[in-house]
Amino acid sequence: MAELNYGLSELAQEIRGMVREFAESRVKPVRAELDETGHFPTEILRELGKMDLMGLYIPAEYGGTFEGDSMPNLIAVEELSRICIGVSVSFAANGLGADPILIGASEEQKKKYLPPLASGEKWAAYALTEPNAGSDAGSIRTTAVRKGDKYILNGTKQWITNGGEADIYTVFAVTDKNRGARGVSCFIVEKGMPGFKFGKKENKLGIRASATRELIFEDCEVPAANLIGREGTGFIWAMKTFDVSRPGIAAQAVGLAQGALDEAVLYAKVREQFGKPIIANQGLSWMLADMATKVETARALTYATVQSIDRGSKDYSKFSAMCKVYASDVAMQVTTDAVQVFGGYGYMKEYPVEKMMRDAKILQIYEGTNQIQRDIIGLALNKEYGAVAKK
Amino acid sequence: MGLKIDLETCIGCGACVSACPFGALSQRPEGKVEVNEACTACGACIETCPVGALSMEVAEKKAEAGSLDAYRGLWVFAEQRGGKVQEVAFELLGEGRVLADKLGVELSAVLLGHQVKDCAATLFEHGADQVYVVDHPALAAYTAEPYSEAMSALIRKHKPEVVLAGATSMGRGFIARVAIQVHAGLTADCTELDVDTDKRLLLQTRPAFGGNIMACIICPDHRPQMATVRPKVFKQPSPVAGRTGRLVEETVDLKEPAVKVIEIVNAMQNEVNVAGAEFIVTGGRGLGAPENFKLLAELAEALGGAAVGASRAAVDAGWISSFHQVGQTGKTVRPKIYIACGVSGQIQHLVGMNSSDTIIAINKDPDAPIFGVADIGIVGDLFQVVPELIKALKT
Amino acid sequence: MHIVVCVKQVPNTTQVRINPETNTLVRDGVESIMNPFDENALEMALQLKEKHAGTKVTVLTMGPPQAAEVLKEAVGRGADAVVLLCDRAFAGSDTWATSYALSTAIGKLERPDLVLFGKQAIDGDTAQVGPGVADWLGIPCIAYARKIEIAGGKAAVERAYEDGYEKLEVALPCALTVLKEANVPRMASLRGKMAAKKLGIAPMTAEASGADPARLGLNASPTRVVKIFSPPPKTGGVKWQGEEPAVMAQRLADTLRERKLI
Repeated sequence: MAELNYGLSELAQEIRGMVREFAESRVKPVRAELDETGHFPTEILRELGKMDLMGLYIPAEYGGTFEGDSMPNLIAVEELSRICIGVSVSFAANGLGADPILIGASEEQKKKYLPPLASGEKWAAYALTEPNAGSDAGSIRTTAVRKGDKYILNGTKQWITNGGEADIYTVFAVTDKNRGARGVSCFIVEKGMPGFKFGKKENKLGIRASATRELIFEDCEVPAANLIGREGTGFIWAMKTFDVSRPGIAAQAVGLAQGALDEAVLYAKVREQFGKPIIANQGLSWMLADMATKVETARALTYATVQSIDRGSKDYSKFSAMCKVYASDVAMQVTTDAVQVFGGYGYMKEYPVEKMMRDAKILQIYEGTNQIQRDIIGLALNKEYGAVAKK
Repeated sequence: MGLKIDLETCIGCGACVSACPFGALSQRPEGKVEVNEACTACGACIETCPVGALSMEVAEKKAEAGSLDAYRGLWVFAEQRGGKVQEVAFELLGEGRVLADKLGVELSAVLLGHQVKDCAATLFEHGADQVYVVDHPALAAYTAEPYSEAMSALIRKHKPEVVLAGATSMGRGFIARVAIQVHAGLTADCTELDVDTDKRLLLQTRPAFGGNIMACIICPDHRPQMATVRPKVFKQPSPVAGRTGRLVEETVDLKEPAVKVIEIVNAMQNEVNVAGAEFIVTGGRGLGAPENFKLLAELAEALGGAAVGASRAAVDAGWISSFHQVGQTGKTVRPKIYIACGVSGQIQHLVGMNSSDTIIAINKDPDAPIFGVADIGIVGDLFQVVPELIKALKT
Repeated sequence: MHIVVCVKQVPNTTQVRINPETNTLVRDGVESIMNPFDENALEMALQLKEKHAGTKVTVLTMGPPQAAEVLKEAVGRGADAVVLLCDRAFAGSDTWATSYALSTAIGKLERPDLVLFGKQAIDGDTAQVGPGVADWLGIPCIAYARKIEIAGGKAAVERAYEDGYEKLEVALPCALTVLKEANVPRMASLRGKMAAKKLGIAPMTAEASGADPARLGLNASPTRVVKIFSPPPKTGGVKWQGEEPAVMAQRLADTLRERKLI
């Protein structure tokens, strides 16, 4: 298949081949079952760990293989997503959970927590959202009160991806109620710490293989040494994490849309009506052409954003938001169109496209709804053009 | 040694290049053909050359004149388990009888085991002129080492020209050792056997390359000529009651077996897994009710142990577990024979089974899509056709 | 413990098709792969290595220089050492000569406790080389193994047969041929692949293996292929209708027997 040359490194290309083969042989045969039963893909993640693929974003000094190129990890997410984003989000959530550690943790904390994540021996999760703090992340109510060499956490986190499955959680809690977002701190909480419990697994529309649970903190004791950075810096870590993680959501969207496009084109070639394959109808082939064009533009924007971040650009919040919002809207459109191409069969569970369509919706919601992404882009425009207007 | 290319004769047509199963032939810039290390000397190219530029060069063997003539007679390994002769042995006796008669020699069965002498009677009845029996405690339970030693000892002593064994887990497991021990040629999984009576050669035909090509194989300079044959390839001869022959009891010194059999677990399940099955009988919506899968199970049994498959319609109706489902969301299968009963042949079913070797469809609707991929289609009511088919297979 | 796994590079026969017009093999786009059953043998070795500290896994193949690819794949999955037995002298070897050649190469290695093979190769389908090598080496061989456990210098093996399986016990060293159902072969790891890329594989020649030249290659092989032909092409589908069910059923049974399908 013809591909655009994005100047990917040898490693990134190698990863694409490895993960594609893995997803085809290990994930594809079980994705419908995982979707049906909602079972967490434990075996799949264990195997990815054995293949050294859980540490693509972690620097070599902490046991990973990251050397300044974020594309290998992004492509791993994209290729898993082509087959199942329920699996890819479970994979990618480790990176999200580990990002606050990579960005803000001390050397000591990094040495302790990153190597088991890189080897895949342990899994991570990111815990920000609460029942009353979704898009308005600054309004979280979970509290952390210092008591000697410990913090005591109280409160509830909601819809935490990998909740209950992960071993290491980066949890955001309020240490100073009077300072708003500047009163938020980030803690590394390990499964099994006293007072740390899990709620039931949520029953979801899509990404059903992934585990989404409540985290419940009841006088949970966390060593003071597990505070990331200083008190009050948590919101900075949270937002910086999103700036680098949103292209990951875009990669999921690109992979998912590519997967739906693949299914739609193959089906349109074999499905015959009125004595010819339906792809021979111009109306349908134009539809496929638009789907393919959208997928490639989403990919191009996503790759460009990540490559730009790797090259050291500073102001990338706007672009991270752009690729997330654009690619996830594309994923929703393309998966919906794929179901349309399949007609009645597409609506049935024996074909994978209805699952893809259900899965796609979350991409427009999580890690900042697409409305929030547009806010970020709008704010950036206002600021940038404000500066120009003054000149 | 190996493939020889006469470059004077080669016209550079490239016919042989595409015929090579191993990609060992290529054309030089000027067009002439050359051979690389991937050549296995299989000979597939030789006949494709329109000008006869290819030949197989083999060093002349200095087999002592007449040394092969010391070998006479055709042997069949009479596989038995627990004192019960396995059907494959009878099938081989049937074919062996034909070949032995062509060669004008006796047909012997070789019976290895402990206290199995009684098995000889049924071997005579199935066509053996002679039965060699080695009765030894080391042979009580099958393990490859003593079985191969006993067989080799008999071969060295009596010098048969042909030895046939079933391509079963037992036959395949020990006969390769025998071939090494007596320096004989061994051809696996033959589907056809014949003899060249002039040269007294066994002509062994077998599929190779995943069944994509057939190869005819001979052993010109070594005796015995050994071959294994899969169960069900040859028909069982009808036994002749009271037919008898010579029982030859042999003594072979055997060591304590290196491999100890701790337990034999007969786990023959009623359910055979469709994935990897050689024969599959599949039921679809046309079965109408779950209890009708029993009919398919009977057909499966009549085929000698087929797996039972199901279409999505039958699985979704709750008639059978999804373990049996063939198709897009079920299993992809590639059996030798696929019999679809009351399966309409929706696209999602066809993608899971259309590469089966032979597809047979039984369906009431003459326009059912399943007939589009079937090698043999029977338009009819499966509840009438299948019971008749079971009857016909059992006779 | 030292485990030697013998593997073969084979064309992916599932991709091969016959051109119905010329009745010849269509090889275009057919890739070379590690024989799928050998993957199960390698996986068995790697799992034993994980369980038994200090185990070394050596992977051996005989073939043309490009067969080094399957050895690299093996290193990617975790093999410790590889041997490429490669010499024009081996060309045309049948199972007798192949078994001999492999056994001489194994004889040059640190004495193995276990020699593993796939159940058969998908291009030749003979299932003869594993037991053959064991015979040359003078060690017992259990064909069709589906499970193994090692303790106290002994192997407890489950061996499948037509109606079930047998539980066997054997003192090491021994050889096994391994079934597909034994395990699910792992995929190569990233670090393994990187190591394999850098790996230079020097072939072991016939002379280096110490093999008797008279027992090698086509000339030492008792069997000869005299003719290769395509199986009769799939007959175009026939449809029988309007006859008595019993008549059609009988004809079907006869046809299946005639074509030697049952």
